[in-house]
Amino acid sequence: MSEQPRLGRFRFMDQQRVNLDGFAVEDAALGLVAFAAPDDPEPSLVVRDGRVVELDGRAEADFDVVDEFVARHGIDLDVADEAMATPDLALARMLVDPGVPRAEVVRLCAGTTPAKLARVLTLLRPAELTIAMTKMRARRTPSNQAHVTNRSDDPLLLAADAATAAAFGFREIETTVPVAGDAPSNAVAVSVGAAVGSPGVLVQCSVEEATELALGMRGLVSYAETVSLYGTEQIFVDGDDTPWSKAFLTSAYASRGVKMRVTSGGGAEALMGGAEGRSMFYLEARCVALARAIGAQGVQNGGIDSASVAGAVPRGVRSLMAENLMVMARGLEACTGNDALMSESDVRRTSRTMPIFLAGTDFVCSGFGSIQRYDNMFGPSQWNAEDVDDYLVMQRDWGVDGGLRTAEHDDVARLRQRAVEAVQAVYRHLGLADLDDVWAAQAVDAAGSKDVPAADLMAPLTASRMITETGLTMVDVVAALDVCGFDEEARRLLRLLRARVAGDYLQTAAIFDEDFEVLSLVTDPNDYAGPGTGYEPTPARQAQIDAVRQQRSVADLRAEQAHGASDRLRVVGPAAAGSDPRDVVIGVSPAVGRAIWTTLSGLAVVDVLDELLAGLEEEGCRGRIVRVNDTIDLGLVGLTAARLAGSGIGIGLQAKGTALIHRRDLSPLANLELYSVAPTVDGPLYRLLGSNAGRHAKGATPEPARNPYSDEAIEARYHTKVVSLVAIERTCSGTTPPEELELV
Amino acid sequence: MTDPVGADVDALLEGVRAATVSMDDFRITPDTLRHQAGVARAHANGQLGENFERAAELVDVPDDEVLALYELLRPRRATAEELEEAAASLEARGAVRNAAFVREAAAVYARRGLLRTR
Repeated sequence: MSEQPRLGRFRFMDQQRVNLDGFAVEDAALGLVAFAAPDDPEPSLVVRDGRVVELDGRAEADFDVVDEFVARHGIDLDVADEAMATPDLALARMLVDPGVPRAEVVRLCAGTTPAKLARVLTLLRPAELTIAMTKMRARRTPSNQAHVTNRSDDPLLLAADAATAAAFGFREIETTVPVAGDAPSNAVAVSVGAAVGSPGVLVQCSVEEATELALGMRGLVSYAETVSLYGTEQIFVDGDDTPWSKAFLTSAYASRGVKMRVTSGGGAEALMGGAEGRSMFYLEARCVALARAIGAQGVQNGGIDSASVAGAVPRGVRSLMAENLMVMARGLEACTGNDALMSESDVRRTSRTMPIFLAGTDFVCSGFGSIQRYDNMFGPSQWNAEDVDDYLVMQRDWGVDGGLRTAEHDDVARLRQRAVEAVQAVYRHLGLADLDDVWAAQAVDAAGSKDVPAADLMAPLTASRMITETGLTMVDVVAALDVCGFDEEARRLLRLLRARVAGDYLQTAAIFDEDFEVLSLVTDPNDYAGPGTGYEPTPARQAQIDAVRQQRSVADLRAEQAHGASDRLRVVGPAAAGSDPRDVVIGVSPAVGRAIWTTLSGLAVVDVLDELLAGLEEEGCRGRIVRVNDTIDLGLVGLTAARLAGSGIGIGLQAKGTALIHRRDLSPLANLELYSVAPTVDGPLYRLLGSNAGRHAKGATPEPARNPYSDEAIEARYHTKVVSLVAIERTCSGTTPPEELELV
Repeated sequence: MTDPVGADVDALLEGVRAATVSMDDFRITPDTLRHQAGVARAHANGQLGENFERAAELVDVPDDEVLALYELLRPRRATAEELEEAAASLEARGAVRNAAFVREAAAVYARRGLLRTR
């Protein structure tokens, strides 16, 4: 190490948030390698008499449980010879080629071994992954999933937040518990809240496998996701399961008509110290092959809880996306990670999500933290409550459907109120808990559980015990809602129960739209085949994406400006030329005194005029105000003023606050001083402008005025406003000659 | 209430009010699952179809027994004899796919040391 003091430049760089993240040197022995570890096996498949006797370099006698299950159930032997004989590069190109239909790729991939498919996907570069994902996802319409949890398992806040998530467009909501015993209460509260927010939103409660299944059997949740798979036998067994127990669980859900998907993710084995020297991507390839083999309709992967392990190694983020694509290549629903927070850096987490967001997937996030980070009982998510507006704006920027929509304040207020009242009523009616009105009011308003001090932490546990002991089902919840006047929500939950009987939502990538129509691989298959094909938002959906609540029209701005109208400015008559050498004219633009009353810095235009006049007076000059009506060009406004002034010096002022000092003998675009960054020009600076104009008139030396600078995105903040303000100026301009105004 | 799929939601809600509708009315049937298995196969996912076929056999197995079977299949929960007993019991009820599935697990568990040894 050098003894030199560390450079300021590096001290500064060290402080940036990305340097809080961990970055690991590749280490294959520990599984800290994204793609292609030296010990990853050569792809191989030997079939004898219709039985797989060798898989990826391992003989049948040595199969571990994962090999064995994949060998027995996971590979379509009808296409295996063809698939395994197809060169890696040829298969990789088929994934990207818009001329090769998705179904053809899926057919071939079904005959590949884990090592083979891993090699193929390793060949795709990031932009190719994006194109392949656009083509290969199962469902045509993209969607998104929210986390709704809180630190206290507060049922009222859960309900309000579930309704909010549904209002913002999430079609699946995942909850979980900090206190295991609270699960039944959380399941009920989130289901009711989601039903208030929107029809057909699916709800799961992530808890221990058997408990989760029991909740599903009683109708208290409408899907399941946390059925974890691992890529090695040791880690699988450490997780207290085998491929057979997980496959049985999968059938058990289907036998109750409940949708489910499994969970895996690169880096999980390395994190648990059992990667066996294999790369994250190869081990994940085993998980995905296993998911298909056990008959799960879909997979949540992309690192998930170990996303930051993958993120720590070279190309790790790329491997997370490749995992998602692998799920699609095996014809399964892809719920594409972007849940566990994998970086402290906003830039880096955006970068991790961006290509997946652009491609669109069955669920872009397998848990967008729709609540506060501190309330997320899965841990902070990749996207959280503070990012909802960012995400909506990203959708709008790229014209991409990321599954969310803007929700208006008053609508959300109404839904939160109703969700809270519904849970209050149901809990009271079923004798689960008496949740008081102070608590309820706090929950409606709350941004997070810290805003709900009135919450009774024991209530969810007591309610959960009651639910369990009395064998309460969703039918009882429906009855309670109906009796208490929430019959619309009762109907919505009833329709979710009825959907179990039809079983259509058991098919790959199924969600419900707001009319309870199933959108799935079967009913809404992805038909992307190049530009001009595939998913395109309907005009109504496009309007939702485009209409972020922050957008403003000229009419909005005009109305906003009208609020600041003042009666201090009056027209005196036609402007005359002055002869007094101390006469300085302040030329104002056409909208002054008519339509624009407030500058971009938030000052009233009349107050700006007061400052300018005061500055002139300090120098013993006499200021006059003249409105120049026939131009909106500030140079010309200033020059016109200068030509009317006895001193030959004029000030030009646009209504939005931009100002300059002009002299009668200059060309319009030349000027003496320009105050161009209107949003940062304050009262004292306008006064200095006035006094400098006076000094120019007297032939004295003006004081240098510096435009204030800041590191804010001034242009991003004001440019759209400027366009509208200029449009307003134009509507105010005409052929009327300059008029003298008085400030009373 | 026998056919909630065809039943209109209002009628179902009437049933809930009259307490004539219960969770049992929202059970998928084996035939529906077999139909969905066909749909899955027609959409190039034989494994999903096979899952639905196994599920069809489990529809009439009571919740508690389903949970118990899951527990039995977890690592080192059951002896070879217990798994064979479970398989035979499933087979006797016509759950032949699940029976074969449990026997397959038993053989692999024996080879990989995942049976309970005592």
